[in-house]
Amino acid sequence: MFRKRRDADRQRVRIVFDGRTIEAEAGATVAAALLCNGVVAFRDPVVSGTSRGPHCMIGACFECLVEIDGTPGQQACLVPVREGMSIGRQAPLPAVAP
Amino acid sequence: MSTNGNDVAVIGGGLVGASIAYGLARKGSRVVLLDEGDIALRASRGNFGLVWVQGKGRGRPEYAQWSLRSATLWSAFAAELAEVSGLDVQHENKGGVLLTLSEAEDRQVRALLAEIGSSAGNMRYEYEFLPRARLEKLLPGLGPGVISGSYSPHDGHANPLILLRALHRAFVRSGGRYRPNYTVDSIRGNADGYRIEAGGEALECGRVVIAAGLGSGRLAALVGLDAPTVPVRGQLMVTERIAPLFKVPSNLVRQTGEGGLQLGYTAENAGYDTGVRSDMLRDIAWRCRTAFPFLDRLRVLRTWSALRIMTPDGFPVYDESPTHPGVYVAACHSGVTLAAVHAFVIPDWVSGRPLAPELGCFRTERFNVQEAA
Ligand SMILES: Cc1cc2nc3c(=O)[nH]c(=O)nc-3n(C[C@H](O)[C@H](O)[C@H](O)COP(=O)(O)OP(=O)(O)OC[C@H]3O[C@@H](n4cnc5c(N)ncnc54)[C@H](O)[C@@H]3O)c2cc1C
Repeated sequence: MFRKRRDADRQRVRIVFDGRTIEAEAGATVAAALLCNGVVAFRDPVVSGTSRGPHCMIGACFECLVEIDGTPGQQACLVPVREGMSIGRQAPLPAVAP
Repeated sequence: MSTNGNDVAVIGGGLVGASIAYGLARKGSRVVLLDEGDIALRASRGNFGLVWVQGKGRGRPEYAQWSLRSATLWSAFAAELAEVSGLDVQHENKGGVLLTLSEAEDRQVRALLAEIGSSAGNMRYEYEFLPRARLEKLLPGLGPGVISGSYSPHDGHANPLILLRALHRAFVRSGGRYRPNYTVDSIRGNADGYRIEAGGEALECGRVVIAAGLGSGRLAALVGLDAPTVPVRGQLMVTERIAPLFKVPSNLVRQTGEGGLQLGYTAENAGYDTGVRSDMLRDIAWRCRTAFPFLDRLRVLRTWSALRIMTPDGFPVYDESPTHPGVYVAACHSGVTLAAVHAFVIPDWVSGRPLAPELGCFRTERFNVQEAA
């Protein structure tokens, strides 16, 4: 769906999304990296029954929230990728037990 | 004709004005709704969205009754709005919980509810302090910092932004005319009614309803009514969206129809400043996470504030001008809760029927009782 223009000298890093290893360009945001790898549904539906994905790409809409290295609620469009980063869909409901 | 074909002009297009204007239009009156522009102060665009009875009306059982009457009419009101406007205002009436976070708060709330309940007369005023297990069923994630929770079946909530939109749409679909950017400067009597001036413009109408929120005091003074209103700021925040969790709203947290958790709220005198302060937001966050510790794991997406419209005693004002018959004022806090009575009950009065006796205590004369020397 999205393709990054070739930029041969850019270093590539590997990240894991939902157990699948994917390649991304160093310096890209998590959201850009996922989109370039064909991932558009970042989150399971919360209320509406439709999966959610990035909308604004500038940190305003909070539709791209993912879990990064175990921490939920991260804005994929603002966080740059890092080698070995593990990204997961976050649960529609957090663990609520006190 | 010198009323321009307007039976009534309603000044103010917030929840109060829009509810009354819709209520008049649905009964066949020709109504024009006059409003300011986008930058106006509008409590209706920043409130918490509770349709709430619990705890209201200490020292004024009529207010408890009025709130309860509106809450009772709300389901029919929401259904009618859905039909006329095509918009679902997300009304729910499954009850609500008043949570306390300290022994002192718990004592206060028990005393408050007992006092209101005992002054309620034959009014059906129900509440019950629930055992922990039942509270946790309604509000999963409840933390150990919660001391008590009182449940009332009268309470509920709605989406206040959709409500405002639905009222405007239903008003226009019922034949009403909406005039934004029409900041009223003066109201003058003429042969057939009133002439209302705004900037260089003017229009004529038979009767006038002043429902201009914080602008009401100034307009009411023009027609000899003393209806002082002061701004009381409330700051709020909303978290990221999560799957439906809470069965009912509480005084601290309300889950919106979109899934976000709205956390409330402050009550401060900050003049007309609609900013937010990080120290106060921190207090809100702290109270809410004490009640629901899992909130620590959620992102806050947005913070904002809005100004409540407060009368000196906190109760609504409904009155007709002694010097300008046919000019009415309606000003109050809790315009979401009272939207149903504003749409279904108040229009009879502003169409010329006498004010119902139980609403007589909301006249403005209560503000100028002479103090004994
Ligand atoms: C933080 C907060 C939380 C709240 N929570 C709740 C809640 O949970 N439940 C509840 O029931 N209520 C709640 N409220 C109260 C509720 O929001 C208000 O009672 C309600 O919105 C008031 O509506 P209004 O139409 O009187 O005023 P506003 O919404 O302020 O509207 C007044 C309108 O009058 C217009 N106006 C003013 N002067 C003129 C003029 N000269 N000419 C033409 N137009 C004019 C303005 O442009 C504006 O559109 C809350 C309020 C706040 C601030």
